[in-house]
Amino acid sequence: MTAAAGTGVPVRGGGLWSRFLAGSTIPVLSILAGLVVLWYVAAVWMNAPFQRDLNQRAGVTQTTREFVAATLSQPKPTLPAPHQVAQNFFENTFLRKVTSNRSLVYHAWVTLSSTLLGFALGTALGVLIAVGIVHVTALDRSLMPWIITSQTIPILAVAPMIIVVLAAIGITGLIPKALISTYLSFFPVAVGMVKGLRSPEIMHLDLMRTYNASRSQVFWKLRVPASVPFLFASMKVAVAAALVGAIVGELPTGAVAGIGAKLLAGAYYSQTVEIWAALVAGSIVAALLVTAVDIAGRLVERSMGARPT
Amino acid sequence: MRWFAPSWQALAAVLLCIAAAAFGPLTAEEAAALADPNATTYAFFDTKGLVYDVLLATAAISMARIPPAWSAAVLFVGAHAAAWLLLTGITGHEGTALLPFFLLLTACWLLAWRCVTLLSGLRPKARVADMALRLIIPAIFGVWILIIWEAVTRGAGIPFILLPPPSAIGARIANSIPILAADVNQTIFKAVIVGYAIGCGAGFATAILADKVGFLRRGLLPIGNMVSALPIIGVAPIMVMWFGFDWHSKAAVVIIMTFFPMLVNTVAGLAASSHMERDLMRTYAAGYWQTLLKLRLPAAAPFIFNALKINSTLALIGAIVAEFFGTPVVGMGFRISTEVGRMNIDMVWAEIAVAAVAGSVFYGLIALIERAVTFWHPSVRSG
Repeated sequence: MTAAAGTGVPVRGGGLWSRFLAGSTIPVLSILAGLVVLWYVAAVWMNAPFQRDLNQRAGVTQTTREFVAATLSQPKPTLPAPHQVAQNFFENTFLRKVTSNRSLVYHAWVTLSSTLLGFALGTALGVLIAVGIVHVTALDRSLMPWIITSQTIPILAVAPMIIVVLAAIGITGLIPKALISTYLSFFPVAVGMVKGLRSPEIMHLDLMRTYNASRSQVFWKLRVPASVPFLFASMKVAVAAALVGAIVGELPTGAVAGIGAKLLAGAYYSQTVEIWAALVAGSIVAALLVTAVDIAGRLVERSMGARPT
Repeated sequence: MRWFAPSWQALAAVLLCIAAAAFGPLTAEEAAALADPNATTYAFFDTKGLVYDVLLATAAISMARIPPAWSAAVLFVGAHAAAWLLLTGITGHEGTALLPFFLLLTACWLLAWRCVTLLSGLRPKARVADMALRLIIPAIFGVWILIIWEAVTRGAGIPFILLPPPSAIGARIANSIPILAADVNQTIFKAVIVGYAIGCGAGFATAILADKVGFLRRGLLPIGNMVSALPIIGVAPIMVMWFGFDWHSKAAVVIIMTFFPMLVNTVAGLAASSHMERDLMRTYAAGYWQTLLKLRLPAAAPFIFNALKINSTLALIGAIVAEFFGTPVVGMGFRISTEVGRMNIDMVWAEIAVAAVAGSVFYGLIALIERAVTFWHPSVRSG
């Protein structure tokens, strides 16, 4: 509890309870609870017209209580109620075999594998480009403006074409999606790494010179350690971008597996509950990925002797 | 050897020219003509010698000890003239290029690289010249990507449906301006602008509210930070179901995507003014709104503009991807997904080029407004 509390909030008094109150746990929980209540109200309100229509045709008159219950248990509601989504998510995650086509774990794994491959390639590429930019002036002045400009371009628009063109030359499956993830994730890493490799102060660089350190020694002993916090900060952005890339990469081709395919299939057959469950699965994957990168970053920094913050 | 200043790029270019000459014919047609004494004309019939002359002369002059600016100018003209000869020569003879063609192309590229290296080393005193260099160096890089793309697709005869050459994409843009204009109108002037305005406005208003109510701020900030990592784009199919196929559903996606970055950045920005400054406002007996308008919002401006810039890209992505889930028969995302299906890859590239230009213009406009509004800020003032 105390770990979640006290993010930038001045803490008065020493008691655990007062610290808990001053922290962000209660506000976050109460806002989340408010959102769930709002969701239920919206679900009743948005599903009501269809239910009224249904009742009129069947000639049924329901009490208000029955009516509300009916709006919250439609098979294809306009807005599924939270418990419907939770139930669907639970069934498709824990009750099905992992290899089943309807299992969310299976779909999440398909998306996750291409995300991870693309993320690894993108990070490697980004680091390589950053090293080149820091050491070659010509690259810095010619490539860097393009990297910054490319951030302003809606790159995801390229995704369908990459998939179809690669399919035309016989490359299908994991690689095209991973390439889109690579494309999306290398920009943040490249920009962050350039910043990180340049972060040592002039004093430190001068100190290295007084030690008669060679260029590679300066690189390995000063620039690389200094860049690690920047690398992990940008990797957190990159891994989220890689996941979005993998999901969007599954949209245009009618892919059979993956969270994006699940979204598309749900949209075709108006299975709203399935769409929401897939969204929940995607969000959980994203949260897990970012947390994993965060933990890895903390471990690496601690093993390098940084003070834990 | 006081006049001789070698560079590895120029030396490598000379070696590549020698290698190309040793391999002989530039194209398959030329190889056939060499075997057949009756043949009269083929690709590079007139210009082959000229290409070698230009390349060797440029490499030689660049290694003379002359001022780097002159050397760069010679390299600039020589490399691009040779590349131009190669490109015009291969036009009409697509897919026939042999190894020497690509060796010569590489030689041209190395000379251009040498040119960029020299230009990067220049440190002109005049501000205008410095600005010009800042533009020219990346421009040369961009042009060379196009040149290599064009030469490789034409020279190796890469099928049109895989990767059309840039010239074909340019021709396609010129031929289909009405279609592209209609798509831009549908996607950008309806969905993106409306969604962007509402999303950023709502995020800003919520941030002000959260600033007044501390409970709300402490609750919303962690949620907002977490949401920024989620694949929000996935709500697109739901929005299309709720708001129909027209631009309203795309605007809804854009609103959701732009809301949280604006919220988080504005809240962070409102905390940017220091205690001293806020205390000064209190000694002036300024109320909450006066402090907000005169001190804290201006101090938050860099953060707010940062969010506006991030959102400009997100808004375009959101609108285009939402169109993959269903649109009326117009719109950039619709065009991309249908033309991909019909294998009109040049049209897809044309649409992507338009999207890229639109994204850059959108971003550039916001950056210009930022410069005008935050003229007092150190990061702008020093530039």
